[in-house]
Amino acid sequence: MASVPSDLKYTKTHEWVRVEGDNATIGITDHAQAELGDITFLDLPQPGVTLEKGAQFGEVESVKAVSELFSPIGGEVTEANSGIANTTEVVNEDPFGKGWLIKIKIAERSELDGLMDAAAYEAHAEAGGH
Amino acid sequence: MSTKTPTVKMEPLIFEKSRAGRTGANLPACDVPAADAASLLGAENLRDSLPLPEVSELDVVRHFTHLCERNYSIDGGMYPLGSCTMKYNPKVNEKAAAIPGFASLHPLQPVETVQGALALIFELQTMLSEICGMRETTLQPSAGAHGELLAMMMVKSYHADRGEAHRNIVVIPDAAHGTNPASAARCNFKVKGVPSNSRGRTDLDALDRALDGNVAAFMLTNPNTVGLFESDIVEICERVHKAGALVYCDGANMNAMLGITRPGDMGFDVMHFNLHKTFSTPHGGGGPGCGAVSVQECLAPYLPSPTVVRTGEGDAARYAFHSDRPRSIGRIHSFYGAFLLAVRAYTYIRSNGAAGLRQIGENALLNANYVRARLAGHYDVAYGNETCMHEVVLSAQRQKQEHGVRALDISKRLMDYGFHPPTNYFPLIVPEALMIEPTETESKQTIDEFIEAMIAIADECESDPELVRGAPYTTVVSRLDETMAVKKLDLRFEPALREASGAST
Amino acid sequence: MTYISNTAADRAEMLAAIGVQEFADLLGSIPQAIRLDRELAIPPALDEHSLVRRLQSLAAQNSDLEANLSFLGAGIYDHFRPAVVAALQSRGEFLTAYTPYQPEVSQGMLQAIYEYQTLICGLTGMDLSNASMYDAATGLAEAALMATHLTERDEIICSRAVHPHYRHVIETYAKWTGYRVVEAPLSEQTTDMAALRSLVGARTACVITQHPNFFGCLEEIGPITEAAHAAGALSIASVDPISLGLLKPPGDYGVDIAVGEGQSLGSPMGFGGPLLGFFACGMRFLRGFPGRIVGATVDQQGRRGYTMTLRTREQDIRREKATSNICTNQALIALAATIYLCELGKDGMRRTADLCLQKAHYAREQLSAVRGVTVEAGSRFFKEFVIRVSVDPERLNRRLLEQRIVGGLPLGGYYPEISDGLLICVTETKSREDIDRFVAATAAAIEALS
Repeated sequence: MASVPSDLKYTKTHEWVRVEGDNATIGITDHAQAELGDITFLDLPQPGVTLEKGAQFGEVESVKAVSELFSPIGGEVTEANSGIANTTEVVNEDPFGKGWLIKIKIAERSELDGLMDAAAYEAHAEAGGH
Repeated sequence: MSTKTPTVKMEPLIFEKSRAGRTGANLPACDVPAADAASLLGAENLRDSLPLPEVSELDVVRHFTHLCERNYSIDGGMYPLGSCTMKYNPKVNEKAAAIPGFASLHPLQPVETVQGALALIFELQTMLSEICGMRETTLQPSAGAHGELLAMMMVKSYHADRGEAHRNIVVIPDAAHGTNPASAARCNFKVKGVPSNSRGRTDLDALDRALDGNVAAFMLTNPNTVGLFESDIVEICERVHKAGALVYCDGANMNAMLGITRPGDMGFDVMHFNLHKTFSTPHGGGGPGCGAVSVQECLAPYLPSPTVVRTGEGDAARYAFHSDRPRSIGRIHSFYGAFLLAVRAYTYIRSNGAAGLRQIGENALLNANYVRARLAGHYDVAYGNETCMHEVVLSAQRQKQEHGVRALDISKRLMDYGFHPPTNYFPLIVPEALMIEPTETESKQTIDEFIEAMIAIADECESDPELVRGAPYTTVVSRLDETMAVKKLDLRFEPALREASGAST
Repeated sequence: MTYISNTAADRAEMLAAIGVQEFADLLGSIPQAIRLDRELAIPPALDEHSLVRRLQSLAAQNSDLEANLSFLGAGIYDHFRPAVVAALQSRGEFLTAYTPYQPEVSQGMLQAIYEYQTLICGLTGMDLSNASMYDAATGLAEAALMATHLTERDEIICSRAVHPHYRHVIETYAKWTGYRVVEAPLSEQTTDMAALRSLVGARTACVITQHPNFFGCLEEIGPITEAAHAAGALSIASVDPISLGLLKPPGDYGVDIAVGEGQSLGSPMGFGGPLLGFFACGMRFLRGFPGRIVGATVDQQGRRGYTMTLRTREQDIRREKATSNICTNQALIALAATIYLCELGKDGMRRTADLCLQKAHYAREQLSAVRGVTVEAGSRFFKEFVIRVSVDPERLNRRLLEQRIVGGLPLGGYYPEISDGLLICVTETKSREDIDRFVAATAAAIEALS
């Protein structure tokens, strides 16, 4: 059973968002990492890049698949988790914690409203997740 | 089924057998006055060290013979690989390709000294054109993907000549082989996908919505990638033509159609063959291939140069290269393509004749439907157990949901039964796909053994899923750590390349 | 013969198991209108013996180079092919194997490819080698496209001293993918360095040269690479693998991508195919290079094994975003090259290169003394060189052919300013007697035609 923390918000494309004041931390869900298999490479943006809600901000690769990453909300990237570039297995092991991918400064708070809560995401993932 | 440990032992790398001073080939002494290489080439242009192995000829023979023992092949067993057409590779093809009058020809020899080679190319092209019902054929592409790329170039040029260079989209089914969108993208086309309908065929409504004035071509595999014949193909081609676009046939599955039906008659404008599938030239562990491309009249001027032309007939026939072709897209191979593969394909077609090719088509269909009929009770058949063509797509979704056993696990377990796995996880639209193409050359006995193995494994999925998930047990290596292969890259044997400076004496 | 084993009884059993009365019942999904109602119009089937006779009669209409003495090179070469190469390559376990997607049953081929990659890296001095491209021409075209993506520039500079067919393929690929190719001119028989330096600029993605070049001459790979790098462009070189038995490898000059034709490494000329494009590059191109690659790893018991890796670059996963559309490549020809390189080894490769060098220089010296033949002084060359003759080169070759000698390549069709020139190639397979015979026949032919 994939873990779906209740304090986070989620996208249809399997990203999660943790809101801390004006900032948001973004990563991929436990469901996503299980589907992908062992993650081998992360392609993340540089700090300073501005993203729009729904824009592709990078890619995550496993041995046999490539998955695009889409930003749940708009804002400026303040940090990318370059520290795990050589230990990408952290995303598989701790997708909601040490496996975070980027942090952004939220541009428009109302964009959070369109995201799914844990229950909605869980249902979405169980139904096949597309 | 036992889980014995393999008896074939590890084979060291050839570099690990290297010993200073050993040598294999026996070269002649220099019989001309020799000068110092440094004086002829310049000392600054010479290398310091040459990190190559030093082994004897017997070392070489033993090493590669041992590697043979660790390699599955058609000569050793059945490959039920969907979409690969792993049929028997006749030995007479090899004999033909080794004839010095073919093998020892230089492509730039005067044309009057290679009339037999040009005749063979011309005859093979003519036969392939007839087999697919199109006007002209080129043998220049070295693989199916290479043929697809050539076709994309020709399509682009065709539209440009008609003032329609704005047509920058190629429509491709979601279920298509990855080379299709990759080849289109290579030519700067944007790719628009269309889904399949619930019967596994191209969704005609989705196709209509996708076709507009910016579409250059529609690429389709027929029979399609789930092994079904696109029954609406004539209608599909008409609709694409009406939108001003061309239709391309990925001919990977031509084995199903030999002597039965022809892409040219369906309305396709251009197609590629895989000579290394349909026409039995050996796969060689990953190539060489030949992706011969056939075209209707409208695209003939765009074929790559040079083409082979004939003047006169019978004994008075003379062959030549024709390069002055202003609308040719150019050249996509150093010379004329894989000629020695053309020799093999020519041999194969001449060996079969028209009746033989028809027999191939019929038995390919028969064998695949037999597999489908016998396995339908044990695995889900994609698209509801409809008559398939030369391959059948099963799904291990039920095994995954009920017992946690995936298509990958079933494939690995088949190795313990002595079979190469079928195609896995393709096409992408069928979950836990296992695509099986027995081909026409497998005997009913062998097919029955394969079927029995699949049934035994289906039973194991229920009674001992753990066993299936841990397979294979009897191969020279068990499942490999693919993650480590990516994260701890080891793409060449470093100790062989670290070497003290100084040339050998 | 059809290689089908189903008997009438087998067919009947299978039809019964499927649940249909006759074979035609399986054709329901094919519309009647497109079903063939006649046999294909191709010649009737031949039994094996008759077929072999037919093939031999076609082959007999060719003058092959085992029956003639050849001095023809220009990209395809008659080097020595040790018997072990064909003997091992033709084994069914290699010949009839599929692509090694299932590593547990394909360790033989995978290990051979890993060894091939190591050998190519050793020969070229580069960090990584893929498992092969179709040929040197498409290898160069793919290298050029790789450079355009990496640098985000649209201009490819290619020396006129690169093989004309390779240039044509590069131009074809570039044209249809939207890039422009600029030709760097010649100065005598090598790339004009001053002209090249003035051409390289902010739009240049790569500079492509050949070493030895089409005329057999050495190029200044070091300065060319520096000029490319100074402008932020890549240096791509097409190299002769036999020459690397002696010549400094491209890696030592800082070349970014080294490509070449591997047919010389144990494969027959085959009228130009199948060929072998080896492709080697710096480690920094890891994520962007085309083609398959094999890596070493371990299995569940810790045993060393080999598997195809870095697959996410490839077309089956990336589809339209793949680094190339290549799928089937030239694995069996790469295997031949691997066997050849092991059989020749360090000493054999050096000696083969030296034999070519010495014999080509001897031939040129002997030819330079023939009335009606001029050779250019100055350029350093390896196994090919240009001679200019006072008679029509094609007519000269026809005379030589009467004596079962295949002469050098007339250059006029490719380089109009050298319309009196021929490209002569001398490999290690030519004895001194062979060369002397060629020189004498050339002298006599020129005499007769003057």
